[in-house]
Amino acid sequence: MIYEASPIAIGVFVAFVVMVLWISFYFAKRTKNAKDYFAAGGHIHWVVNGIAFAGDYLSAASFLGIAGMIAFYGYDGFLYSIGFLAGWVVALFVVAEPLKRLGKYTLSDALDSAFNSKGIQLMAGISALVVSVCYLIPQMVGAGALVMPLMGLPHYVGVVIVGMIVIFIVATAGMTSTTYVQFLKGGLLIFFSTLLVIAMLNNGMSSTPSADFHQPVTLDATLGDDGAVVAVSDARYEIVAQRQEGSVQLVLLEQDSVQTWWSVTGEGAAVQLQETLSRTMRTDGTVLYNGAPQEDREFFQIGSFSRIIVNGEEVGSIDRVGPFQFLATIQESDVIRFIPVKFNHVGDSVTVWYQTITPGEDLMRPGVRFKIDEGSTLLSKLDFVSLMLALFLGTAALPHILIRYYTVHSQRDARKSTVVAITAIGFFYILTLFLGMGAMVSGVLDVESSNMSAPLLAQNFGIILFACISALAFATVLGTVSGLIVASSGAVVHDLMHHFLGMRLTEKAQVRAGKSVAIIVGGIAILCGILFKDSNVSFLVGLAFAVAASANLPSILMLLFWKKTTAKGITASILAGIVGSLGLILFSPMMWDIYGLGAANAPVPLENPGIISIPFSFGVLVVVSLMTQPKLVTEQAPVMQV
Amino acid sequence: MQHKPAPEIGDDAASMYKTRVGLILFAIYAMAYATFVLINTFTPGLMGQVFLAGLNLAVVYGLGLIILAIVMGLIYNIMCSRAEDRMNHTEDK
Repeated sequence: MIYEASPIAIGVFVAFVVMVLWISFYFAKRTKNAKDYFAAGGHIHWVVNGIAFAGDYLSAASFLGIAGMIAFYGYDGFLYSIGFLAGWVVALFVVAEPLKRLGKYTLSDALDSAFNSKGIQLMAGISALVVSVCYLIPQMVGAGALVMPLMGLPHYVGVVIVGMIVIFIVATAGMTSTTYVQFLKGGLLIFFSTLLVIAMLNNGMSSTPSADFHQPVTLDATLGDDGAVVAVSDARYEIVAQRQEGSVQLVLLEQDSVQTWWSVTGEGAAVQLQETLSRTMRTDGTVLYNGAPQEDREFFQIGSFSRIIVNGEEVGSIDRVGPFQFLATIQESDVIRFIPVKFNHVGDSVTVWYQTITPGEDLMRPGVRFKIDEGSTLLSKLDFVSLMLALFLGTAALPHILIRYYTVHSQRDARKSTVVAITAIGFFYILTLFLGMGAMVSGVLDVESSNMSAPLLAQNFGIILFACISALAFATVLGTVSGLIVASSGAVVHDLMHHFLGMRLTEKAQVRAGKSVAIIVGGIAILCGILFKDSNVSFLVGLAFAVAASANLPSILMLLFWKKTTAKGITASILAGIVGSLGLILFSPMMWDIYGLGAANAPVPLENPGIISIPFSFGVLVVVSLMTQPKLVTEQAPVMQV
Repeated sequence: MQHKPAPEIGDDAASMYKTRVGLILFAIYAMAYATFVLINTFTPGLMGQVFLAGLNLAVVYGLGLIILAIVMGLIYNIMCSRAEDRMNHTEDK
């Protein structure tokens, strides 16, 4: 799709980014030593920290990915909201407090205080680095998705801009700045999202979502004996070609030398051709949207009801709805969705999005994306359970979340911060259901990118709201990315250089080394953000959670709760978790699609690796620990007092 | 690195109690979450049934899990804070 830049939107956006940078510089002056840089000196108020926690966690994934996935697939996107929040329960009840009681900053520290093992130091450092990079990828993809509608810039420009700003922030300031920035934007993001949901509910629901909404055109047609279309009611159109793609019959029509694809619906005398969206990549490299160059703007935004049903009766529109009525109405009504189908036509590579009517009751429960009901297989159900498991266990294993738990002075404040965070995040996740479902029926969706659904919904309610929300989402990305980069530079300097390699650097040299690592990791994140641009952000986060849960969670839990855990067991478990989860992802259908080998040919049929890699990592820890038990009971590894 | 454990984390008499409370609350939540996943996996049709205020079980259960997490977080905080006051205070005496 093509987007027009708005000067007001750009103005608000730039003002916001400048403000973020100013705050960073302000606090940078107060960052005096290495401890300040990595954990903000341990003197941040618990409310500030709690909202900053929320700011960290409400990343691009939450805002862009979840809302987008709900807008495209209904309830299945909301599963991410449920799972992401459930992860906090694990983090608070089981992991955070016992670790905090040890007075440790990172998983590596905690492990180190129990076992003085070089192997653990190495693996813990590598794991923090790998998980951070995995989690950085979706953030960068989200950054690109934001600048497209905002500034009319290509995706990769957004990725590069975020990368450069964050490297700049982190390399100049460190964690103190990011805590206050996260606080500010975490709070504002929740505020503006609430405003957007209220505006949307006040606006009501309509079959014609907006004045400039493009109602897809329908033509009457006649079928021949062989089922092919032989005539079209509108004489201006000429039939050029026909093809069957799976269950959909497509017809290529030409009008004024512009060729467009249409899908065939109905039977007998009631056969109709429905307008589709298409993107044609021609052999000479040019791309056509609905048969015309991009700048002709033939590619329209979609998302509308087929029928609105209230209390069993069809209505044209509803003026204003309450939150429950909003959800109940979608559940009763029918929604038009556009389903992509890809094929080659006379050498051109074509993607057609054709209309399909999905009953609201299917969209308001799981099953549209994750096949667990109709058309499900044992494998597809396993994939669903795998995703839910990784989301549940992933949060506690994320390095940039745990590190913030230690920036509060006392245990009590850390706990209060976490409760503030859970409340704020929980509230926001309830909003995602409304944002996503609202975008689905507001005629704002860009079929090419689900990640843009929430900002495009905001655009429906005026350019100012749109600019504020985009700027906040962009700042969200900035904050999360800088938090992750701090965590990864901490892992390298602190775990690998200081502990594993035994390098005794001066404080100044440590900070300098941390900044160098930040620049390198930022560069990697920029490259990956460009590579994965077509993937849904939440889906990518789901994968990062699987890697984090596989690599770190068995070690954290077993260290705290199983007395027979040994250093070798932990080392092997972290390694098994990283290799297992990354291995399964690299051979998964998504990666096979990115490699250009076709998703169906992937050697690993699972999209989500958690169900295999998490138990595998646990198993390796138990087996290796039992094999490496000390001979005398008195020599057993010290166990955390919890 | 120059960091040290936060100074006020010394002997915490409420430590065992808090761990137990955490694990019990975790177990309750984990069961509610697992039931949600199992219903979806084995009897997905149930999720489409209208349950409350015109909303189906999927929506009610999903929102319920989010609200349950918030409520349990608050309960955990109150129980832990009270235990810290009670137990650590008694020891001081």
